[in-house]
Amino acid sequence: MLKRVHFPSSPLPYLLIAPQVIITLVFFMWPASQALFQSFLMEDAFGLSSEFVGLENFDVLFGDEQYIDAFGRTMFFSFLVAGLSMTVALVLAAFADRVIRGATVYRTLLIWPYAVAPVLAGALWVFMFNPTLGIFPYLLKFIGIKWNHYLNGGQAMGLVILAAAWKQVAYNFLFYLAAMQSIPRSIIEAGAIDGAGPVQRFWTLVFPLISPTTFFLLVVNIVYAFFDTFGIIHAVTQGGPAGSTTILIYKVFNDGFVGLDLGGSAAQSVVLMFMVIAMTVIQFRYVEKKVDY
Amino acid sequence: MIENRPFFTFITHCVVILGVLLVALPIWITFVAASHDEVRMLQSPLPMLPGTHLWENFKQTLFGTGLSGTESAPVWRMMLNSLVMALGISLGKIAISLTSAYAIIYFKFPFRMGFFWMIFITLMLPVEVRILPTFEVVANLGLLNSYWGLTIPLIASATATFMFRQVFLTIPDEMLESARIDGAGPMRFFWDILLPLSRTNIAALFVILFIYGWNQYLWPLLITTDTDMTTIVMSIKQMLEVAEQSPQWNIIMMTALLAMLPPIIVVVTMQKLFVKGLTETDK
Repeated sequence: MLKRVHFPSSPLPYLLIAPQVIITLVFFMWPASQALFQSFLMEDAFGLSSEFVGLENFDVLFGDEQYIDAFGRTMFFSFLVAGLSMTVALVLAAFADRVIRGATVYRTLLIWPYAVAPVLAGALWVFMFNPTLGIFPYLLKFIGIKWNHYLNGGQAMGLVILAAAWKQVAYNFLFYLAAMQSIPRSIIEAGAIDGAGPVQRFWTLVFPLISPTTFFLLVVNIVYAFFDTFGIIHAVTQGGPAGSTTILIYKVFNDGFVGLDLGGSAAQSVVLMFMVIAMTVIQFRYVEKKVDY
Repeated sequence: MIENRPFFTFITHCVVILGVLLVALPIWITFVAASHDEVRMLQSPLPMLPGTHLWENFKQTLFGTGLSGTESAPVWRMMLNSLVMALGISLGKIAISLTSAYAIIYFKFPFRMGFFWMIFITLMLPVEVRILPTFEVVANLGLLNSYWGLTIPLIASATATFMFRQVFLTIPDEMLESARIDGAGPMRFFWDILLPLSRTNIAALFVILFIYGWNQYLWPLLITTDTDMTTIVMSIKQMLEVAEQSPQWNIIMMTALLAMLPPIIVVVTMQKLFVKGLTETDK
């Protein structure tokens, strides 16, 4: 990746790269190795001394029913968030792609939730679903549903999924619309000449052709649901009721900063790091591959 | 369009408009809540149409003490903190990524690839997975409750470095050859040729990073305890906690509105750059 024509070695490139490298070392490498190191230590009850315990923290972690539950819950949460927001975005993009006049206006009106911070998205939804005042609980009463996400774990999970998916629709819509608009018109026209209607053209031509985008978005959405939804959970449910919305990232925060279990929290961090690495590898290895027909 | 089907076109518009309305609904309800007085916001069912107290709430939120019964900085101060953080993160990331991509692409020096891989690895270490140890490092450096602590740990960026690397690779070699024949040194080439050529990429990246910086939540939550240093995005959570005892939804929702306005304005007014930045940094 070096340019064929380049400057010779001198102190200058070191100076240019130094800020990035120093920040990386101090705030990334050092803390990450600390997390790795701490995950092999266990502190005594008073936090005065710690001893090396090898893999015991991980042993405890994977033997902990709560952690295994949180793991399964995170999977459930991530796939529902990704599925819901991608489906809505795909439908909207498929229709918006047909619109000639006003397409950019629709795009403008659909993309701005991307700019809303997760914790704010949580605040908006928690307000709309406030059990005593909110608009939706008021409406749900008419069809006989009693809404209280402070008591009902299933409803709490539903609410965080809705809030998380709402925020992500904008992003998915943008990528789907761009993918659909880059399909050559001649392909679609050929399909139309052969007598395929709009619905058939979508399923046999458009949907297969944008499958790389679908795969890319699936990875991005799962990463989003894993890590960026902390603000939503923190604002809406704080992991409750009774841990029914505690996903992994919330558990790291809660065990580390609230429970002060340093070794356990570090072990959780290490597990999460490996998951990020796995997902990054998947993204780089498979996403770039084009689908040929 | 391929074929002319007026009825189907009508349905198409209906579906898209329905989608727009559904997406906009939470913001509409926020706006309505921010335009009524406190008493109205305690009666169920809540209003669905705007009231007349928007300006009043705006003034009270921005310059007043915020919620009664809490000790927090005024909202204008929190917005200022958010602005400093967002600008610090976005400009810092752009600056250090530009120079490091330049060094990696245009210079041959020992450990070049080693540095490159080190930057690459940061992609795999989002702040959420290393919160405790990073917090300890920042605390040991005495950066808690400061703008430095809010920005510096977040400005290392593999994605931005990659993007500039990609941009520089598309710049023809003849540029550098002719610049050297004309007697330009490395820094002259960087300022007078590379920077102007990557202007739109810098702007697109700035839009994305500004939103990223403004919307930071977990990190400021951990490292600021001083009320003068809180950011507006953080303050919403504290207000929600207070709301359980004394709900002043008009003020809370006005604060939420103020907190999301700057990034929304950036996205809507710089839509082209935003789309470009989004598609270039993530792919």
